[in-house]
Amino acid sequence: MGSANVTTLPTAGRLPDLSRVPAVDEVGVNERVARFQSRSIKAKAKIDGLKLTLAMIDLTTLEGQDTPGKVRQLCQKAIHLHDSMPGLPHVAAVCVYPTMVSVAKESLKGHDINIASVATAFPSGMSSLDIKLNDTRIAVEAGANEIDMVISRGAFLAGDYQHVFDEIVAVKEACGDAHLKVILETGELGTLDRVRRASELAMHAGADFIKTSTGKIQPAATMQVTLTMLQAIRDYYYETGRMVGMKPAGGISSAKLALHYLVMLQETLGNAWMTPEWFRFGASSLANDVLMQLKKQETGVYQSPDYFSKD
Amino acid sequence: MSRLSVAKTYKIYIGGKFPRTESGRYFPLHDGQGHVIANICRGSRKDFRNAVVAARKAQPGWAGASAYLRGQIIYRIAEMLEGRREQFIAELKQQGLTASAAEKEVDAAIDRLIYYAGWADKYQQVFSAVNPVSSSHFNFSVLEPTGVVGVLAPDDTSLLGLVSNVAPCIVGGNTCVVLASESKPLCAVSFAEVLHSSDVPAGVVNILTGYREELTGQFASHMDVNAIVYCDGSKKVATAIQTAAADNIKRVVSRVNTDWAKDKAQDPYLIKQTQEVKTTWHPIGS
Repeated sequence: MGSANVTTLPTAGRLPDLSRVPAVDEVGVNERVARFQSRSIKAKAKIDGLKLTLAMIDLTTLEGQDTPGKVRQLCQKAIHLHDSMPGLPHVAAVCVYPTMVSVAKESLKGHDINIASVATAFPSGMSSLDIKLNDTRIAVEAGANEIDMVISRGAFLAGDYQHVFDEIVAVKEACGDAHLKVILETGELGTLDRVRRASELAMHAGADFIKTSTGKIQPAATMQVTLTMLQAIRDYYYETGRMVGMKPAGGISSAKLALHYLVMLQETLGNAWMTPEWFRFGASSLANDVLMQLKKQETGVYQSPDYFSKD
Repeated sequence: MSRLSVAKTYKIYIGGKFPRTESGRYFPLHDGQGHVIANICRGSRKDFRNAVVAARKAQPGWAGASAYLRGQIIYRIAEMLEGRREQFIAELKQQGLTASAAEKEVDAAIDRLIYYAGWADKYQQVFSAVNPVSSSHFNFSVLEPTGVVGVLAPDDTSLLGLVSNVAPCIVGGNTCVVLASESKPLCAVSFAEVLHSSDVPAGVVNILTGYREELTGQFASHMDVNAIVYCDGSKKVATAIQTAAADNIKRVVSRVNTDWAKDKAQDPYLIKQTQEVKTTWHPIGS
């Protein structure tokens, strides 16, 4: 795969012709996904995969009931995943609401963990552009270096692609140096064809990452939509030479499922994307399940959540 | 015209479902004449792991159900078993019992369920206490379920031994994963069908069949199992169970050398064996 440093956008600022986006073969996607789930990953490969999963996690808390205490606890978990097991990586980022960014920044001082913040009237995105841009700027100024924005699904479904495109471009500008992840909320898009179209739209508008879901809508991330988005990323890369990252979020809570996603990533985009720089899991309970699996590999004994700190 | 008989597929019972073993392994069960009666699932450690997950998930809800409701549900199990008496007698006979011994065992199993159903809303007040203390505290002790219990059912009885160990476990709000008798597993699988039609919530009782030697170590070492009950085995086996159980300080209950047909094999103290005592110090005015 090519260089990771291509930042110029050959087609920036121009909405692609979405009618030319290839249709998604749903039956084919299902069959392909079933194949990924049949791969056998054991021993060393499993341990490496589990550790990579940990390093790719965006440890997330996005509740109305979040308090500074809860966010500090989450940050502690991000730094100290399980101290009795030496050699573990730390998670890629913590993901919080804009008002909690400063708390997270304080808690993570001196650690190489990114701070992601949702913005743009998350989770519905039902607000004016001004408010969305302000929301973004507030999060960036408070110290977020990754912004997870939501697209306006209503406008997208109504066919107003230009509106959605312009919003992403504007938010990208408001982000400054912060990385922009664009949440498509695939659970509200309905079909894989729309997922594919929204992916292309977001990437052409300048998304650094595309992300499946807010976690507030069911279904959240599925392997089918993730595969569709990975294929869009691959085709976009062939077309423009720019790498775009992928973040499935919501509903990935078991280590086994995470390994299936890694298999899918490897077989669709290849090794260049197999790093936290280009792939993330948006999750809260996944980390402990992965830790329990790693401990099981180490001791040979099935583990209990009782012996792992809560996140 | 004679019809083909429909042979039953004996499967395992996990989380209120009847899957085959994930390992795909089976072992044939023979009658006294050496004919194959059925193919029995040879459960694996992964089946056991899945069963523990199901039991853990079901535990808070079952413990939170009222004592009265738990009693009603266990009584319901007895009713369902009564209705399928003939099937169980036939299965016991297939596994080598005489007709009269088989009838006796099924009746005893039904009566044992009734016995523990009755204890559901009584053991708590019998075993709880208000304790005299020399400070200004109101001090009292109550029982709480241990949690997820692994039950290695006795090998020499197909039905009665299993019922006699499961009933005192679940009546107290525990959920359990049971390894059925290895030499006489038929009734365990049919008993799962009885449980399934008795309003017992999914995951409260999970029943596996398989090799004792292969699975005992898994029962003893699993960190998310809070107690283990065993009824057979040499001193060496007992030592191995206790050693592995020490890792997460499991409660270890030995019921070796119990004659399950005897009336004294039913006892409220069997309920207490998978309970924890919680003592509360409540400050009162000086």
